[in-house]
This record gives sequence, structure tokens and C-alpha cells, in this order.
Amino acid sequence: MIHFLVHDPEDNVGVAVVDLEPGIDCTGRILSDNSSLKAKSEEAIPLGHKLALKDFAVGDVVTKYACPIGTIVQPVKAGHHVHTHNLKTTRWA
Amino acid sequence: MAQRKVLGYRRENGRVGVRNHVIILPVDDISNAACEAVGNNIKGTLALPHAYGRLQFGEDLELHFRTMIGTGSNPNVAAVIVIGIEAGWTKRIVDGIAKTGKPVAGFSIEGKGDIRTIADASYKAKEFVQWASELQRTECDLHELYISVKCGESDTTTGLASCPTVGNVIDKHCAMGGTASFGETSELTGAEHIVAAKAADEQVRKDFFAAFEDYTKLVFDQKKNDLSESQPTKGNIAGGLTTIEEKALGNVEKLGKKTKFVGCLPPAVAPTKPGLWFMDTSSAAAEAVTLWAASGAVIHLFPTGQGNVIGNPIEPVIKLSGNPKTVATMSEHIDVDVSKILQGEMTIDEAGDALLDMVVRTANGRLTAAEALGHREFVMTKLYRSA
Repeated sequence: MIHFLVHDPEDNVGVAVVDLEPGIDCTGRILSDNSSLKAKSEEAIPLGHKLALKDFAVGDVVTKYACPIGTIVQPVKAGHHVHTHNLKTTRWA
Repeated sequence: MAQRKVLGYRRENGRVGVRNHVIILPVDDISNAACEAVGNNIKGTLALPHAYGRLQFGEDLELHFRTMIGTGSNPNVAAVIVIGIEAGWTKRIVDGIAKTGKPVAGFSIEGKGDIRTIADASYKAKEFVQWASELQRTECDLHELYISVKCGESDTTTGLASCPTVGNVIDKHCAMGGTASFGETSELTGAEHIVAAKAADEQVRKDFFAAFEDYTKLVFDQKKNDLSESQPTKGNIAGGLTTIEEKALGNVEKLGKKTKFVGCLPPAVAPTKPGLWFMDTSSAAAEAVTLWAASGAVIHLFPTGQGNVIGNPIEPVIKLSGNPKTVATMSEHIDVDVSKILQGEMTIDEAGDALLDMVVRTANGRLTAAEALGHREFVMTKLYRSA
């Protein structure tokens, strides 16, 4: 089963394609080159929501589709949920 | 490759429609009651009430007329009754629609009152609907259909599955010589460089940036915060989308992998040649689809993640979703299920073929989910306050 998808090898977040429970050893697939990668979910992440693939500090840029999608406003550890509580728009800030 | 065929209605001006509506079109808000009465009297006609048409001026008034005339001119419409409060603007819309060669008649209320106007218009509407009911579908090429695309209540599955599926259809349709249009100007923020790189030439690229920067200025002139919960919407956020940039990058997957866009259109303006066109539209679903219908589009492809339920009175809206939860919980709204893409059990190309098959079936007469459910959102775009 695929737990999460990643658009591009440059991306630092994946998208859960099933509801993830905390502590799951997850299998991911990178769409642009069809390669596999592993990650561990550290908290519950619903289907469609983003999983951090690295540790982020405040001010870091989140990359998806190999493009910037916003700026981190609260520190995030790998395996945690990236969403509106820790990521904000850069363009309409 | 042999051209695929559809059974459509070839109109007087040669354009191909896939529906055969007789519409009762109000020039203005205060003529809605008369239009709805005619629609009620004469079965098989469709009144299109809306909120505007009085004391508008400048570019906003031009857009109003374009939307009215364009709606009546759409090839999915067989004939039109126009009703306005006074004769002048009513005639302007009648004359605009008459250029297509289709039957159109105007009625105005002042000096007669609603009841006599309704009676006169009802006689004409009965004549039109009986004439239209005898029109036959004929074989037409699939590429003769003008298709519009826009997603709504998107989530991250839209960018992973349903939008790339639409992009695959855009590539196939435009390669066959078809016409298509995308828009949602503000919702390209963060992906505008990807769109610009798909412009067919430098002039098209400049025209796109002019429209994009104009909309960006509107956002910055009016915004009081980062627009969170408006754009992305609360539904987008529930589905996992966090920022406008992320939403835009999923959105532009609808443009396909190979297709360049050949021009930029103001809202509700018809393309002048085949190919993919950018139209400067709002990202609100009902407003945007109304503008595309007024530009002559006959089928709309609508990817949704969380389950936007929109339809349009004259342009069938085909909905597809890649979110397995939405496909299960809102199945009555979904025409094409592409959720198997997420587990790698369906390729984007296979999904594109399934969607193209649904385009053909819809063109041949299959009612979309939105049509069967009675979704007829007709929403005029208003640019600014009236005088």
C-alpha cells in the first residue's frame, strides 16, 4: 500500500493518500521518477494532508511540485503534520 | 487518428452545441418575475433569473451585455426570449443574439405591465419550444466542442489526480484541433511562472501577465489579512491545502503537459480560433462557469476534491474527483471517479481516456450529475458598484 505521494524529488513534504495513524512506517512514491521512499508518521495525518519529510525551522520554505508553497511559522519535526498551524502563504502575507 | 464523433446540434452559424435549451433571459433583475412566469407557463423552456442589469456603467455594463448576449448565443441554446423593463437595452441584447441566426424575440414591460408581457412572451416561447423540439442531433467531430475547465473545493488530491486528468484531456483535445479555456486568475498565484512558460508567444505571455497583475492589485487593494478561509477556502483547508501557492500549483495541472495557450480573453469573450485560451475570470465556480458559457463553451470539466456541487443552466458540468472519501460520501455528484490514481492503480492517461469518454457520452445527451440534480447556478460577474 502507498501511504503518501511526493510530486518531485526536490519536495520536502509528502501528501498522505490514506489516513495515517501516529507511529506508522510509511511507504511513499515520488511521482516524477516513480521511485520509493520511507518515512515515519509521528502524529495522525488525515488523507490529503501533508507530512514533513525533514525538520523545519521558522522561516524555512516548504517545497511541493518543486516550487515554494509558503513559509514555516512554527518549528516542525519530520513526520509531523504541516498545515495552517505552522505554514503560511508567502505571496499574500 | 480517426476523429471521434459526437451527436450534437449544429446551429445556424455552424457552431456545435450538445443541449437544446430554449431560454427566457431577463435583461435586468426586475424582469426576473416575468421570465419565471413564462418559464412556468411553457414547459421545456428555462428562465435564467439573475441579480443585475440596472444602472451599471462602463466596463461593468459592457461585461453585463457580453454575458447576456453570449449566453443567448451559446450553441447549447436553440432559441431565446429576452424580457427587459424597457425596450432599448432589451433590443440591444436581442440584436446581439440575432447575429447567430437563431430565433430570438424581445419583450419589454413598461407601458404594458407584467401580465400582458408574460402573455405575449408565452405565445412566442411556445412557438420556439415546439420548433426546437423537432431539431435533430447530427454527427459532428468531437474537436468541434469548445470545452472549459475549472476546479472547485480543491484539495491535495486535485493536484495529484483530477487536475492532471483534465490536463491529459486538454492535451488530447487540443492536439485534435479542439478549443478549450482555463482561467481563475487569482488562483494562479505561485504558479504564474508555469502558466507564462506555456504561452504560445511573447505577446500572449505579456497579455497574461497584464491580466494576472491587474487581479493581484485588486487582491492587495482590498485584502485585510492573508485571505485564509476565503482563498484557500475552508473546504480547501479541510482537504489539506494550506496556501494559495499550493492550491495554484495543483490548479495548473489542468493545463496539460504539452499544450501551449494561444491567447488571452477578457471575461465572456469567445475564442477566435482553435487551441487553449486563458480567460480572465474569478475563481468562484458559478461566476466563472457562467462567463465560460457566455463565451460559447458547451461542456465544462470540473475536478473537485472535497465536493463542490456546482452546475450551470446551459453548459453541462462534468465532475471528477480523485478523493476516495468524496467519491464514496458524495457519489451522486461525481461523474468520473479517478481516485484509483492515488494508489497507482490507474494512470493519468487511463483517467484522461475515461474522462474523454464521459465528454462524448455527455455530448451525446447523457445528463451530468449536476444536471440530474437540478444545479443551474447562473451568476453574473459584477466588477464594481452601480451608479
